Amino acid sequence: MMRSKSRGVLPGFGLSLGITCTYLSLIVLLPLATIFVRTADLPWSAFWSTVTDPRVVASYRVTFGASFVAALINTVFGLLVAWVLVRYRFPGRRLVDAIVDLPFALPTAVAGIALTTLYAGNGWVGQYLEPMGIKISYTWLGITVALIFIGLPFVVRTVQPVLDDLEVEAEEAAASLGARRWQTFTRVVFPTVAPALLTGFALAFARAIGEYGSVVFISGNMPMKTEIVPLLIITKLEQYDYAGATAVALVMLIASFLLLLTINLLQWAARRRAAA
Amino acid sequence: MASIAVSRPATTAPRAVTRATGESRAVRWTLIVVALSFLAFTLLLPLALVFQQAFAKGLSAYLDAVKEPDTLSAASLTLLIASIAVPVNLVFGVAAAWSITKFDFPGKNLLITLIDLPFAVSPVISGMIFVLLFGAQGWLGPWLLDHDIKIIFAVPGIVLATTFVTAPFVARELIPLMQEQGTEEEEAAIVLGAGGWQTFFRVTLPNIKWGLLYGLILCNARAMGEFGAVSVVSGHIRGETNTLPLHVEILYNEYAFAASFAVASVLTLLALVTLALKTLVEWQQRRSASQGAADNEAGSSERIAA
Repeated sequence: MMRSKSRGVLPGFGLSLGITCTYLSLIVLLPLATIFVRTADLPWSAFWSTVTDPRVVASYRVTFGASFVAALINTVFGLLVAWVLVRYRFPGRRLVDAIVDLPFALPTAVAGIALTTLYAGNGWVGQYLEPMGIKISYTWLGITVALIFIGLPFVVRTVQPVLDDLEVEAEEAAASLGARRWQTFTRVVFPTVAPALLTGFALAFARAIGEYGSVVFISGNMPMKTEIVPLLIITKLEQYDYAGATAVALVMLIASFLLLLTINLLQWAARRRAAA
Repeated sequence: MASIAVSRPATTAPRAVTRATGESRAVRWTLIVVALSFLAFTLLLPLALVFQQAFAKGLSAYLDAVKEPDTLSAASLTLLIASIAVPVNLVFGVAAAWSITKFDFPGKNLLITLIDLPFAVSPVISGMIFVLLFGAQGWLGPWLLDHDIKIIFAVPGIVLATTFVTAPFVARELIPLMQEQGTEEEEAAIVLGAGGWQTFFRVTLPNIKWGLLYGLILCNARAMGEFGAVSVVSGHIRGETNTLPLHVEILYNEYAFAASFAVASVLTLLALVTLALKTLVEWQQRRSASQGAADNEAGSSERIAA
């Protein structure tokens, strides 16, 4: 009843839905569909040998490995930053809160050249690490450093609202029942924050596997060693190997969609828990 | 420990965290210092480096790099692209949010997921799909060649890729906001005889203006800063298809580091302005939200008094 009524009163349903669907189809769906259509042209054996080529497999390892490590580090520090921002008062807190979003606002190419210069052998940070035998720019570590930069806000901004909503009463109850502060944290606070933390991890990981601009400068781009998947796709495109580029892109696209699905399920489960 | 908190006089303002559920001073400051050091190291150090490198060869070298014709043409292309992609996605975002939040129809959740798709796709793939569609070996490539239309390695390709990448920003910001606001006010306006557009501009727009602005700011920052997708479709032709982020890359790869960082510093300033505006809008949003709540409270107490 409500449904037919509300659709009856407000105007613009046809126009707005029409614009939305036409635009999405033309700008998003049709272009994305080309990947599936192009890959369908490729015989299965050719597809399989392309996506399991040793150089391609090595690039999966670099991309997924570095993304995983970066997302893990971001999960730890993201929780710490969110906790400090929500729970403690210190001078400059609002400024710090605003600056957390810098990786969202800074063009990735700028982040890329800045981090590369910072961690190169003669850079501000690199000059102290190089004598210790630690090389960051142009190695696997450099890729991880860039992905930590890019992924940090995802964890902080996912965990922050949950910490904000956390009821102090539960912690007070735990404390009055004799729990030590650390026990309260691990048994009361952490389980409540865990779903958000997992979502933040997944978001940072998903962003990291597709990231190009901030990584391409610092990675050194050595095939088999520090070549990330997005760069490999570009290399194949530049060699006019459209079929190869599309096949690898399809693998990445499926990985991204699975992650998107996981993230949506996680958020749905968290909402249900919150509602219960 | 708990007794200290309890014996505190009730007149003092309640602290955010009482002793019973807070950490000791030492732990608290250790956590703050560790968190701030981490942020300084990962975020502020790169930021400071951009400006130090940009001015490494002095102010006049900096100004020369910024005023160089190729830089200026890259800047004007970047502005042109943002001035197309942002308004287009504004219209799309408002239309999508209106249809999704003001009406019920099957497949709504699917539509919301589809709007988010560009965020899930790697920028490189976002550029590649347009090469597959319009490139020389693409679907429409031969037809475009016959009609002498250039899309890939030309401005239209950059506009398309940027539009794709920035499509979700406005819609994503408006949908939860308008969902929360419901349809009552608009329905009242229509029942009282207002037209559709009148209702939108007089009732809906004032309610969503801060959320809309927020989405536009983020959309614009991404449109001007996009690198991966644009790099695939641009062809890097100096003075023609070179945007500011691509110009940073070209200069860097030519070992013109100071010039590269000079251009990068312009983009960094843009990012800082974006952050400042975004924070301002967040404050405004919170203020108007709490004002709305206060108005409601005042209204209800008036009603009670009456």
